Amino acid sequence: MKFLPLWMQRLASPQYFFLDIKVWIVWLYVLGVVGLLVGSIWGLAFVPPERLQGNSFRIMFVHVPVAIFAQIVYISIAVAGVVHLVWKLKMADVYMAAAAPVGFWLTALALGSGMIWGMPTWGTPWEWDARIVTTFILLILYLGLIVLRQVIPNPARATTALSILAIVGAINIPIIKYSVVWFETLHQPASIELFGDISIDKIYRIPLFTNIASVFILTAGIILANMRYVTILRNASKNWVQPWIQGRNR
Amino acid sequence: MKPHRRRRLSIVLFLFIGGLTTVLITIFALANYINHFYLPDQVVSGDVPIERTIRAGGFVKTGSVVRDSTGLGVTFDITDRVSSTFSVRFEGILPSLFREDKGTVVVGRLNADGVFDATRVLAKHDENYEPPELKGMVEQVDP
Repeated sequence: MKFLPLWMQRLASPQYFFLDIKVWIVWLYVLGVVGLLVGSIWGLAFVPPERLQGNSFRIMFVHVPVAIFAQIVYISIAVAGVVHLVWKLKMADVYMAAAAPVGFWLTALALGSGMIWGMPTWGTPWEWDARIVTTFILLILYLGLIVLRQVIPNPARATTALSILAIVGAINIPIIKYSVVWFETLHQPASIELFGDISIDKIYRIPLFTNIASVFILTAGIILANMRYVTILRNASKNWVQPWIQGRNR
Repeated sequence: MKPHRRRRLSIVLFLFIGGLTTVLITIFALANYINHFYLPDQVVSGDVPIERTIRAGGFVKTGSVVRDSTGLGVTFDITDRVSSTFSVRFEGILPSLFREDKGTVVVGRLNADGVFDATRVLAKHDENYEPPELKGMVEQVDP
């Protein structure tokens, strides 16, 4: 920890995290919502329809960002699991508790928007192909992360179990990523490669990348707000929490 | 790093890499079951069960789509663009993205004559997204 600047070290302490992070959340919410509005309105109204799919491709501007972050949030939870098992940082467990529901809803949105997109284009909302099945498994893993905490009464054991589930479950992420390459699937291959070509025309990239950035910002904001909530629940007996519980502070 | 932390980190890494290897070996061994559809060369070479519901996919052969003069019946060929092609018979409404030279997945039974009786036809769409204005330019570039 000694190599981190002081303001970052403060964030590892529940009390300072709780106090310092509040001003960030407001700005992340504002930036995320404005960006999402700009990107979505741009994508819905100001770009031409796709040459084959017509207007139905526009759900891509929602589907792609939520699907990307459904997976990235899971990776971050697995990293927090490693941090918990190795360094026993309190905030790692707080992060896992706060991020799991957010990842669950991102995955649900990715599956839901994919089903809506599939109806006009593929001619079916759901096929048991490798990409869809592995994404469905991701949803179940998130559900496991949420439920496991409630079925194990001892918090320390629950966190250890959660960390192991998160790390083992992360095996699913590269399989989701490469399912469309390794296997024959109904789902098309990736359009955006991090170190490669983008097979999306330039005029569609501006709203798409605006929405990807906005979903990232909004996801970060919601997770931080959740972390604040989890922090105050876990520290309810501490003196510094009392004014917040009694409503004397906002 | 302190020794006990180093030890825990190596256990965690071993857990992940060992698990990943196990799962990858398993899914590649089961690749035939994970693939969502049979390819045209498997259909042509007789690697697929006859008279059982299966899925097969490939590209719709250009110029092969023939619609019945009455009713919804349609016949078309699916090809892998290399060597293998088989015929499909379907009665129903094709998805709007069903196009010649584009990907498709058909669900149904291969009969003894090698004709695929499809009960459902799905359209695959590719990963390229282009506005309509570019269509003319692309066709000019293609020979």
